[in-house]
Amino acid sequence: MTIKTSVTGAFLAAILSTTAFSGAFAADDTIKVGILHSLSGTMAISETTLKDAMLMLIDEQNKKGGLLGKKLEAVVVDPASDWPLFAEKARELVSVDKVSAVFGCWTSVSRKSVLPVFEELNSILFYPVQYEGEESQRNVFYTGAAPNQQAIPAVDYLMENESVERWVLAGTDYVYPRTTNKILEAYLISKGVKPEDIMINYTPFGHSDWQTIVSDIKKFGSAGKKTAVVSTINGDANVPFYKELANQGVKAEDIPVVAFSVGEEELAGLDTTPLVGHLAAWNYFQSVDTPANAEFIKTWKAYTKNDKRVTNDPMEAHYIGFNMWLKAVEKAGTTDTDAVLDAMIGVSVPNLSGGYSTMMPNHHITKPVLIGEIQGDGQFETVWETPGLVVGDEWSDYLPDSKDLISDWRAPMSCGNFNVATGKCGGKGS
Amino acid sequence: MYRILQILFVALCLVISAHVVGSRAAEGLGPLIDQLGSAKLSDMDDHITALAKTGDAKVIPVLEALGEGELYQRKSDGKVFLVKAQGADLLLVDPATGAGAGAAPKAAMQKVKVNNAVRRAVRSALGGLTLFSDDTRARLKAAQSMLQTPNADALEAIETAIAAERDGAVRQVLDEARAVTLLVSDRPEDQKRHAIALLAEGNGRNGLAVLTSALATADASLKPDIETAIARIEQTQAFWNAGQNVWYGLSLGSVLLLAAIGLAITFGVMGIINMAHGEMVMLGAYTTFLVQEVIRSSYPQLFDWSLAIALPLAFLVTGAVGLAIERGVIRFLYGRPLETLLATWGISLILQQSVRSIFGPTNREVGNPSWMSGAFELGGLTITWNRLWIIVFALAVFAALLFLLKRTSMGLKMRAVTQNRRIASSMGIRTPWVDALTFALGSGIAGMAGVALSQIDNVSPNLGQGYIIDSFMVVVFGGVGNLWGTLVGAFSLGILNKFLEPYAGAVLGKILVLVLIILFIQKKPRGLFALKGRAVEA
Repeated sequence: MTIKTSVTGAFLAAILSTTAFSGAFAADDTIKVGILHSLSGTMAISETTLKDAMLMLIDEQNKKGGLLGKKLEAVVVDPASDWPLFAEKARELVSVDKVSAVFGCWTSVSRKSVLPVFEELNSILFYPVQYEGEESQRNVFYTGAAPNQQAIPAVDYLMENESVERWVLAGTDYVYPRTTNKILEAYLISKGVKPEDIMINYTPFGHSDWQTIVSDIKKFGSAGKKTAVVSTINGDANVPFYKELANQGVKAEDIPVVAFSVGEEELAGLDTTPLVGHLAAWNYFQSVDTPANAEFIKTWKAYTKNDKRVTNDPMEAHYIGFNMWLKAVEKAGTTDTDAVLDAMIGVSVPNLSGGYSTMMPNHHITKPVLIGEIQGDGQFETVWETPGLVVGDEWSDYLPDSKDLISDWRAPMSCGNFNVATGKCGGKGS
Repeated sequence: MYRILQILFVALCLVISAHVVGSRAAEGLGPLIDQLGSAKLSDMDDHITALAKTGDAKVIPVLEALGEGELYQRKSDGKVFLVKAQGADLLLVDPATGAGAGAAPKAAMQKVKVNNAVRRAVRSALGGLTLFSDDTRARLKAAQSMLQTPNADALEAIETAIAAERDGAVRQVLDEARAVTLLVSDRPEDQKRHAIALLAEGNGRNGLAVLTSALATADASLKPDIETAIARIEQTQAFWNAGQNVWYGLSLGSVLLLAAIGLAITFGVMGIINMAHGEMVMLGAYTTFLVQEVIRSSYPQLFDWSLAIALPLAFLVTGAVGLAIERGVIRFLYGRPLETLLATWGISLILQQSVRSIFGPTNREVGNPSWMSGAFELGGLTITWNRLWIIVFALAVFAALLFLLKRTSMGLKMRAVTQNRRIASSMGIRTPWVDALTFALGSGIAGMAGVALSQIDNVSPNLGQGYIIDSFMVVVFGGVGNLWGTLVGAFSLGILNKFLEPYAGAVLGKILVLVLIILFIQKKPRGLFALKGRAVEA
């Protein structure tokens, strides 16, 4: 009943907003860029910021003279947090608006829903969010983190620096947390953690009553072994979860919580003083001290005309992805999909944390991994980072049915799921 | 002559070196503190222990500042200062002397990095230093930190503190801390056995944690004692767990009651299927946000009163919105439930999107006043203040509403109109206005619920959506048109949910509750407390 109301509600809202946005008519001397982020519904909280970030990046590029001598033009649609609507809107962007590339999606369900559309119409999608891996598609570039660029290093950090021996894997009940937790469970067991020292817990989207779960975590943590919580809780449910943690007095010194979906944006709605020391793993924090980042934050605050707006990791992913696309189009001299797909691999652009990110043949990028602790002002302080860049690994080495798979989109292999054991392209995920 | 010169030279050297050593001892704290600034995170532990070993009272504010992240290093000379932010600048305080050292721009200073390991070290060092403080609260905190991080070296200090302690509450924690610490020390067996017995008496989680880890390393002769102690603690905890579930259920029930009670008026009493009910809750929460914004920027000392100020305002704001909706839309649709449903649903989308356009799609921060933060222990229960106050508030709203409906002339008119509109009208009651005011009342109460819910949930445009289904569920389950039914329905659904959750998980638990309600409605279509009589047929 809940789902039905919100879906239909979202649908109506979508009709309203699309007519408002795609009304602008385009001249032929522009290159169109599609933006496919929910501006209404449950995911609007996260995705609206990415839409603004894309508009800012396009705006900045136009000030620098556009691309191939043409102006860039943003086409914004609103898929309204409704997964099937994502596919419809993607189709509309590619076949009606004729965009050259699309930047969009947040949840894995929405990405899965648009995959066939991009394959069928042969267009390009840039996906900016950390995700569960187990996928590599010819038309998609994954600029967010794969599990080995976020989850695995975070667990390593807790094992080495906090000597954690007991693990709570808490997540929202959908594909990203379930796959990530499957990988993490296999990884922990391979590191010698006993199965009874791992507790896995799932909650529905938007869960707001965390009393039982937080007290279960406290109980689980009182077995005489250092305990940590690995949270893949997504979206709105995080605020009540952290409020309950703070009120029940779960301190980071005793039971640290490391989160993969909580960034500066999510903390903006919270008083973080009782949460100081809880952790998050990302590839970028607003507090990263580099000239490029300072410039980016300044532009962002000026563009949104709001001094309190924060930046976050998926925004950096769009920054990297957009610059990579610009470079690839310049290299190819055209926005033609096949030429850009070929030109993308090997493209290298500066990221905001002071290094260069490169597009690898598996359509994932190289990134540093940062572990940050929450501070009283809602920002993160980096307490650990990988010495170098980490290459995104699309097929996890810790799951039995994907450890033999690799992806390489360069000719002659051109395959997203090549099985090195059988020597054939195809298998899981084909 | 040469010899005399030599002696003189040696003597001079001695004097100089003695002078140097003397001045070092006087400034001993300074360099130790400065080391914190340049130390690696992994070496911080040693530096903190070294600082604590000096036993100097000046170390306490330094360690406190370190834990709070208020210790900064000057980039130019590496000296470490305590800081307080003042505008864009930082006010510096010399940690060794406690004297002010002027101000410095933020860019010239670098924060001394801390992580959880450092904070833990600070906590246990501070515990040792403040164990003999004059402030009872500081001693209690010290004792608690000793209890949480047992350290064999601190045992003698704890025992001295126990002997000197006069305050009963602190003493109790200290006793428990001593028992916990004893187990990790190398004291003789009979003392340990005594400690185990003491821990088994209590119900603390710290005791269980220490006992479980001691079980693996303890001597064979102690093992049976530890095992019985663990079994005993677990037994007490199982008892308290049942109590905890009831408490959590009551708390969830009070949230459901708050969300549903406004709907019990608009849907239950008036029969309007009001899909915009959740948005009234949301508007109430945003009113709280606005009130807190004004207070934060202009009257920070009033922050603890923010909810008391927000309550009447939220009631007025949402009541006015409700009045406008009733006068503008719903009054044309009486007797046409399907159209009402569609119209109110449209209104809910409009309200959501306008809030999104005005306040933005992201969460807004609504703070807990100090009297609603934290928790207290009652036996083996951890009771959080915000949940407790929400239960009290929900019951108060219920009582007030009951009084209004049953004991005032306004309530009498409301009941008259809903029971028999035409007779009421012919008695001279202006039924359209009673309708409008009843709807405004239901909306206003939803707004007040929003003030309470802003304390535990997100304040975002989607806030209301999460509650609308639950609210209808409660009202239908309790029996349409009956306030008592709503009360009983909310609390029984809450408790049922919380007893299912530990066994079935949150996802399955919720599904099971829905299935049970469907089955129940099949059997009793009018809910728990069905209205009887002629009004029902009308």
